[in-house]
Amino acid sequence: MTEVVEKSRLLLAQDLVKALEGNDETAADIILDKIGSMRESMLFQEVGKLTRQLHDTMNNFALDSKMIELTSTDIPDAKERLNYVIAMTEQAANQTLGVVEDLVPISQDLSDQANKLSNKWDRFLAKDMPFEEFKNMSQEITEHFSQTKEKVSSVQAGLTDILLAQGFQDITGQIIRRVIDLVQDMETSMVELVRLSGSKTHTQTAVEEPAGMELPGPVVPGVDDKANNVATSQDDVDDLLSSLGF
Amino acid sequence: MKILVVDDFSTMRRIVRNLLRDLGFTNTSEADDGKTALPMLQTGGYDFLVTDWNMPGMTGIDLLKAVRADPKLVNLPVLMVTAEAKREQIILAAQTGVNGYVIKPFTAATLKEKIDKIFERIDG
Repeated sequence: MTEVVEKSRLLLAQDLVKALEGNDETAADIILDKIGSMRESMLFQEVGKLTRQLHDTMNNFALDSKMIELTSTDIPDAKERLNYVIAMTEQAANQTLGVVEDLVPISQDLSDQANKLSNKWDRFLAKDMPFEEFKNMSQEITEHFSQTKEKVSSVQAGLTDILLAQGFQDITGQIIRRVIDLVQDMETSMVELVRLSGSKTHTQTAVEEPAGMELPGPVVPGVDDKANNVATSQDDVDDLLSSLGF
Repeated sequence: MKILVVDDFSTMRRIVRNLLRDLGFTNTSEADDGKTALPMLQTGGYDFLVTDWNMPGMTGIDLLKAVRADPKLVNLPVLMVTAEAKREQIILAAQTGVNGYVIKPFTAATLKEKIDKIFERIDG
């Protein structure tokens, strides 16, 4: 309580004693009223202060619960998502490397065969080949054609596999974007927390809601498929669509 | 057969266009979101649209809505190729009038199967 208030109360009390000693009832009543209203206004001030404190505590609490959600759910989720990114990139790299390792010997075989035949063909053109050997060469050329067809088609299949493996870039890109959004959310919360603890006179800022429908993006196993409301394979999608008359 | 491939990831556009080329579709163009795609569709005489869902600017589902609302494009076959896999999303796409729905990651065989199915239905 301030000294000014103390002093004015003391003065009022002295005036009251004087009025009562002088039998001045009217003056005494006025002074009593003044003291009463002073008490009331002080009471209101206290209630105001308490309300303010309660309001601040509630705001802190709201922020705390947001932080709790971030630390208890969102961050473990983000870790799962990033682990999934590692798994996907590893899988794509292994798939690509595996196909390359399979295709290199195939292309080497084809090249060796072509070289061998080309040497023989040159000798044939130079009329430096006995007939028996020419018959063998014809047989080898026939075999080379059939093997080439077969091997080139496995090279093409391998190239398609390599092509599809690059799909990881899109999927992981979408997942990483979501984690970036989370980091941004965290940053905003931290700044708000610092602001709150630094000064009690803060104004509540409205949390911006993203416009439109939320797009959950790629399903991360163990994170997004818990609620059983997502399709986890193309078969799931096909079943759902056929149940809709597709 | 003129095909428009819409995806915000350029790698995915390349993958889809390469797969389409392997299937014999060589006349393909690309756009990176619905906003770019819609005017191309309105003026370009496309026969088939392959689109992602989640894209900045204009999403695939909004593009599909716009296509179905345009009298010139209302019958354009649309295949959605997306990582969006929530059941309610697949249902929404079906209700909006999608002709096929492929979730990423997908195989070349799946893409071929869905495209064959779409054209079988149209021809049949």
